[in-house]
Amino acid sequence: MELTRRNMMVLSSAALAASSIGVLPAMASLADEQIAELTGGAEMVEGELSISAPEIAENGNTVPIDISAPGAVMVAVFADGNPTPAVATFKFGPLAASHDASTRIRLAATQNVIAIAQMQDGTFQRASAEVKVTIGGCGG
Amino acid sequence: MISRRDFLQVGMAASAIVGASGFGNWARLAAQQTLTQDQLLEFDTFGNVSLIHITDIHAQLKPIYFREPSVNLGVGGNKGAVPHVTGADFRRLYGIEDGSPSHYALTHDDFASLSQAYGRVGGLDRVATVVKAIRADRPDAILLDGGDTWHGSYTCYQTQGQDMVNVMNALQPDAMTFHWEFTLGSDRVAELVESLPFAALGQNIFDAEWDEPTELFPPYKMFERGGTKIAVIGQAFPYMPIANPGWMFPEYAFGIRDENMQAMVDEVRAAGAECVVVLSHNGFDVDKKMATVVSGIDVILSGHTHDALPEPALSGETIIVPSGSNGKFVSRVDLDIRDGRMMGYRHKLIPIFSDVIAPDPDMAALIDEQRAPFEAELSEVIGQTESLLYRRGNFNGTWDDLICDALLSEREAEIALSPGVRWGPSLVPGDDITREDIWNVTSMTYGNAYRTEMTGEFLKVVLEDVADNIFNPDPYYQQGGDMVRTGGLGYRIDVNKPQGERISDMVLLTTGEAIDPARNYVVAGWASVNEGTEGPPIWDVVEAHIRKLGTITVKPNNSVDVIGA
Repeated sequence: MELTRRNMMVLSSAALAASSIGVLPAMASLADEQIAELTGGAEMVEGELSISAPEIAENGNTVPIDISAPGAVMVAVFADGNPTPAVATFKFGPLAASHDASTRIRLAATQNVIAIAQMQDGTFQRASAEVKVTIGGCGG
Repeated sequence: MISRRDFLQVGMAASAIVGASGFGNWARLAAQQTLTQDQLLEFDTFGNVSLIHITDIHAQLKPIYFREPSVNLGVGGNKGAVPHVTGADFRRLYGIEDGSPSHYALTHDDFASLSQAYGRVGGLDRVATVVKAIRADRPDAILLDGGDTWHGSYTCYQTQGQDMVNVMNALQPDAMTFHWEFTLGSDRVAELVESLPFAALGQNIFDAEWDEPTELFPPYKMFERGGTKIAVIGQAFPYMPIANPGWMFPEYAFGIRDENMQAMVDEVRAAGAECVVVLSHNGFDVDKKMATVVSGIDVILSGHTHDALPEPALSGETIIVPSGSNGKFVSRVDLDIRDGRMMGYRHKLIPIFSDVIAPDPDMAALIDEQRAPFEAELSEVIGQTESLLYRRGNFNGTWDDLICDALLSEREAEIALSPGVRWGPSLVPGDDITREDIWNVTSMTYGNAYRTEMTGEFLKVVLEDVADNIFNPDPYYQQGGDMVRTGGLGYRIDVNKPQGERISDMVLLTTGEAIDPARNYVVAGWASVNEGTEGPPIWDVVEAHIRKLGTITVKPNNSVDVIGA
């Protein structure tokens, strides 16, 4: 067998999730719910918080992300297309020299990676990046 | 869209050679125009620095035919913008006369007819003549190779890129960046790169494990030329492990990494560079966007998407110079660098008309030396073609129609899939098809022709996924190839819809029945990025098919209905 069943399943699960747009809102709302719980429904503004991730994941099982959150005491990361959206929470103490964090996360499909930062004054900032998970195949 | 009219034109142009229809007039017109090497090389040397750019050679050492695409759609903000303009529209845009050398070099129509007058293009012995002539004007000109050099031919495959390294070394480039080279496998790439007498650049080539820059591929090189400092920053193809088999080079990670690009631009500026050149394998639309995101780049020498434009495109304050493919063009860019900045430029896209530009004798001998051990295999005639065989186009080309037919017939499949790559020279009606010609359009290190079953639903997922890699309105999500070619399967595509909604009306062509999402279909294809793909090499499949047919005639292909073009 040329394309192994395992490969095909990997392909179809990734692609299936990417194409079943009908499923996304349900998961997105799960992420929204968890974010609302975290912030207590507080309004979020854009600020110096930034998240950097590849536009297209080279491997959906290990996607590198970097977060820069000057002035934050806490940053929580969510993947809104994963069955369990909450990914990680980073806390920065008052003596933290830098407010940056890097990690790798697993993404089931094309989705948004969302960072929510809690600032020293208790306000929240939000930043997100869309990461595409694709079958790939034909480059020029 | 691919209209019936376009296909008729191709058919008529081809038949003109034998049948002398009205379309043949172009050839006569063309023959009346005399073209000389001096005209092709004529250049009023300007400023204090010269760049020479060649890219996407795909191991084409010898002159070939190369037909440009008739269908090359832009989406989003790039709809109708160059290079997404073809044929007569392209000629009107640049004031190119019908039947002129530029018509033949830069547009697709009447290709077979015009090829009789203008002949083959490219050949690295001719390129050597051009490079030497430019260096005679400007001895310290910087020669830059945009990559996709060590891939694409029988001899390149057999020597694992050594033939190309030997020949390019003789051209004495100053730097290079990469794409298909990595499909030789990371060990071989490292071995060849370590042997290079010039810089192997890639600011976006990172170590996969630690996500850190590599020692083998520095981000940039500084050149002191013409009394100034020029930085050349390399940008390798960003999506290598996605568009090509990542398991062949697991040590490396890529990506666009425009933040790191900005950091490198800032670093070279701080180190005294008065001019910043990016040697890029991003593809044109990605370069165009990157020029608006990253500030401080003067020139992007653009490769990957195989576009050739007679003048640079401007994006922000950056000029973008795309230089075609397959050795068909060399770009010369003269720059006036003064007082810490680029004050002006002069540019020429030089078409390498192989019958007009004299081959450099030393280079010709070196090329023949690379080919000599394989001459018998290369030159064996497998069949003939009555049709123009070409690849370029967003949805299909006659070479891929033939390859899909070979897969359907030799692998006894209902549906064939052929990758939407943009390399591969053309053949004109009446040409012999040699083994070399077949390898020129199929050669790769993962070319096994698989046979498997896919459900109708999964086939749609495949088409949707590939379509989004081409027609996503954000260039940063485009991988720069064309649509996967289908045999035995027709469909409709609306290029402006989002992923999941572009493809409709899929039909099995043999029966005319709609594709059933739940049914399994026998599918043959090649160039799978999965490790362990089994099957005969695609070049053997195609050779067996052509040998059986003897003479190839490719019927018009109307199986893709394009909306929103």
